[in-house]
Formats: sequence, C-alpha cells, structure tokens
Amino acid sequence: MLRVFWCILLRDLTLALRRRTDVLTTLFFFIIVVSLFPLGVGTERQILQILGPGVVWVAALLASMLALERLFAADYEDGTLEQMVLTAQPLSLLVLAKITAHWLLTGLPLVLIAPLVGMQYHLSDDAILITMAALLLGTPVLSLIGAIGAALTLGLRGGGILLSLLILPLYIPVLVYGAGAVTASGIDMADTRPYLALLGAFLVAALTFAPLASSAALKISIE
Amino acid sequence: MASNWFRFAAPASFYPLAGRLIPVFWILTGVCLLVGLYWGFFQTPDQLGGSNAQKEYYRIIFIHVPSAWMSMWLYVVMVGWAAIGLVFNTRLSFMMANAVAPTGAIFTFLALWTGAFWGRPSWGTYWDWDPRLTTELILFFMYIGYIALHSAIDDTRRADRAAALLAIVGLAMIPLIFWSVNCPDPNQCAALHQRSDLTQIEGNILFSMLAVTFGFWMYSFATVLMRLRSIILTREADNTWVQELIVKGDRA
Repeated sequence: MLRVFWCILLRDLTLALRRRTDVLTTLFFFIIVVSLFPLGVGTERQILQILGPGVVWVAALLASMLALERLFAADYEDGTLEQMVLTAQPLSLLVLAKITAHWLLTGLPLVLIAPLVGMQYHLSDDAILITMAALLLGTPVLSLIGAIGAALTLGLRGGGILLSLLILPLYIPVLVYGAGAVTASGIDMADTRPYLALLGAFLVAALTFAPLASSAALKISIE
Repeated sequence: MASNWFRFAAPASFYPLAGRLIPVFWILTGVCLLVGLYWGFFQTPDQLGGSNAQKEYYRIIFIHVPSAWMSMWLYVVMVGWAAIGLVFNTRLSFMMANAVAPTGAIFTFLALWTGAFWGRPSWGTYWDWDPRLTTELILFFMYIGYIALHSAIDDTRRADRAAALLAIVGLAMIPLIFWSVNCPDPNQCAALHQRSDLTQIEGNILFSMLAVTFGFWMYSFATVLMRLRSIILTREADNTWVQELIVKGDRA
C-alpha cells in the first residue's frame, strides 16, 4: 500500500521537476497578486497590517485553484488516469498520492514564501510565524477540497471557470479561520490556538473524506 | 402494497400522477399563503414593544423567515434525492434533485432579498457581513454551482452523477449555515441576528409564519413537480409513451 503511494508521489514530483515552469508560475502568481494590493489601496503601514492576513489567504486560494486544473488533466489526456482507475490498488490512495504531490509543489512553496509577504505587509515576527502555521494547516485542505472539483470538471469545456465556481464557496471556512488566526495574533491577549485547532480539524476531516469523494468523482468522469 | 410504491419510480407512471397532484398543491399554496399573510397583516400586534420597537416593516418576517427555512431544507431534500440516485441508480431521483435546485435557489435569493429590505430600516444597511447573511450567500453560490455543473456536462448520466456528488460534498456546509444563527454560545459569535427560538415568538406571529411556511412548502411541491414533468418529457422524448402522449394531445 505504502509502496504504491510513494510510487505515484515520486512519479508526479519527477514529472513536475522536469517541467519546472508550471510550479514556478503558481508561485509567481501568488507573489504578484500579493504585491498588487499595496499598489491598489495605498502603502500606509497601518492599512497594510490590517489587509495583510486576508490578502495572503485570498492570493493563496487563487494560486492553489489556478494549479488545480492540471491535477488530473495531463493523466486524463494520455490515458494514464484510466489505467489507474483500472488497477487493483484502491483509487483513493492513488488520488491521495497525487494530491500530496500537488500540495508539495504548490502549497508548500506558499508556506515558505510567507515571510517575504509578511515583510511586504509589515507584519510582526509573531504574525509571520502564525501565518506560516495557518498556511501549513490550511493549504493541504485547499488541495484536498480542490481535487474533488478538479475531478468533477475533468475534460469539460470552460472547466477552469466552472472549477472556481464550485470550489471557492467551499474554501470560505478555511479563508475565514486562516485569516482569523493571523488577525488574532496581532491583538494583545488574543489566543490563536482555537483558530489553528479548527484549521487542524478541517484538515483531518478533509484528509478522511476528500480522497474518497475525489475518487468517486473520477470514476463518474471517466466511465 | 410495497410494490405499488415502486411503481411510481418509473417516469412513465409518475408523470400522470404528478399531473394530478399539481393542481392540488397549487390550491393548497393559495389557501395557505392567503391565510398566513392575512393573519400576518391584520391579526398580529402592530409593533414589537420594548426597547427595540419595530414598526410595520417587521412584517417582512412572514416572507423572510419561511424562505430562509425553505432554502436550507430544499438543499437537504436535493441532497437526499441525489444520494438515493447515486445508491439505487434510479433515473427519477436524479430528475427530482434537478427539479428541486432552481426552487431552492429562488428561495435563497428571496431570503437574501427580503433580508436586505428588512436590514435597511432596522440596521441602517442593506448588507452586513453577519455570519447568517454570509452563510446564506454561500448557500446561494452552492445552488448556482450545482446548476452550473449540471448544465456544463452534455452527457446526462455523467451530469446527474457529478452534480449529485457535488451536492453531497456541499452538505458539509449546511450545519455551518444552520448554526450560524443558533450559535451554541452567543458570546462567541458576534451576529446581528438574534437567536431564533420558536417558544419566544408571539402566538399570532408564529401561526402566520408557519402558515406561510406550509404555503411555501406546497409551492415547492407544485413547481418541482411541474419542472419534473418537463424534465421527464425532455429526457424520455424517444420513448413510445411520450410519443403516444404527444399524438393523443393528452395533457393529463
């Protein structure tokens, strides 16, 4: 079981590293979106400190969604996905491996780049740490929920736009609590643990149900 | 008797049954709405007393609350039919889920719309980022997503199953929407909406609210069945019974 998981994970990572631009595009999209806000709303320190948490999360949502379209698309086009569905291995495990690879390539870089964004928005060191923790817990949820949408819209015309329509409403709780954690860290005496605990709960729930739902969606899309 | 029930799982036998039921539901809709609104407008106290006296405009409640209830309930009904369709692979349940979605979306929109008109005089704003308002808006997006996904897929079978799965995934949001107003600890959630508690409502107001809710329910039955009949006709257009129906010009 574990061997299959590793096999798919390493395959997806190798494929992505052969085509590095795909990964870098998402990362730069994130950085550019985040950099646009100060230019739009003004560069006053106080405004930026208030806006920061929300902007980081909205940009992370959009960046992770941008990459979702490719999650199953390439395998679907060349027929690999069909073979995966036909193998004796549990499909949800294969899907989980693909989602993990997707998160390592698009979610994790966002976590690592967060201090840079924090500097742009004059966030305190504490707030930057909380941002990273919240992103670390929240971005896997985005990949997991997003995979369901990506599987449902596989091979449809205008799939990308449709994907955003289906998935963004489901992202809202993550956005609320993720940004809430960072905002709370700026307030004296405020406790950020409840927010992080809730994000952790979302992660556990998504880890349990999302692979099952995405593999069911894949079977519907492929048959 | 059990086999009698399953008889109506076939579109061909459900179609005439729905045709007979629709007028009944329309009549019930009319009666309930007339009674509920008459009672609400003329038999209830003029304004809520106390420190937050509301004038006549509080009567929006008779549309607002029932439509908000229906918006959540219809989503659950839609998911129920979608799940039955996925499990038992019955065509009619998918058609039913499909027919429910637009009515649910309309009630969600109505709840938001009347809420905005109520919010203007009482809170001084059409819109606020109150948890209840926000979650109701998300519900509206979820209905739109369901309808959009279904209409984006040409193959009906795949469309039915994909949209059903999406609806089931979205069900995770319904408790959030429901408890956003009935928050277990009111100190933890800042909301403009008060806690809803049926026992604290004045009897006449409660009566007309329930009457309108029942009327909306009947309205949903009527419109869903009408939509269902047209969906059945479209999807079964190649079958002999539909062709015969058209030849006969029978509208039953």
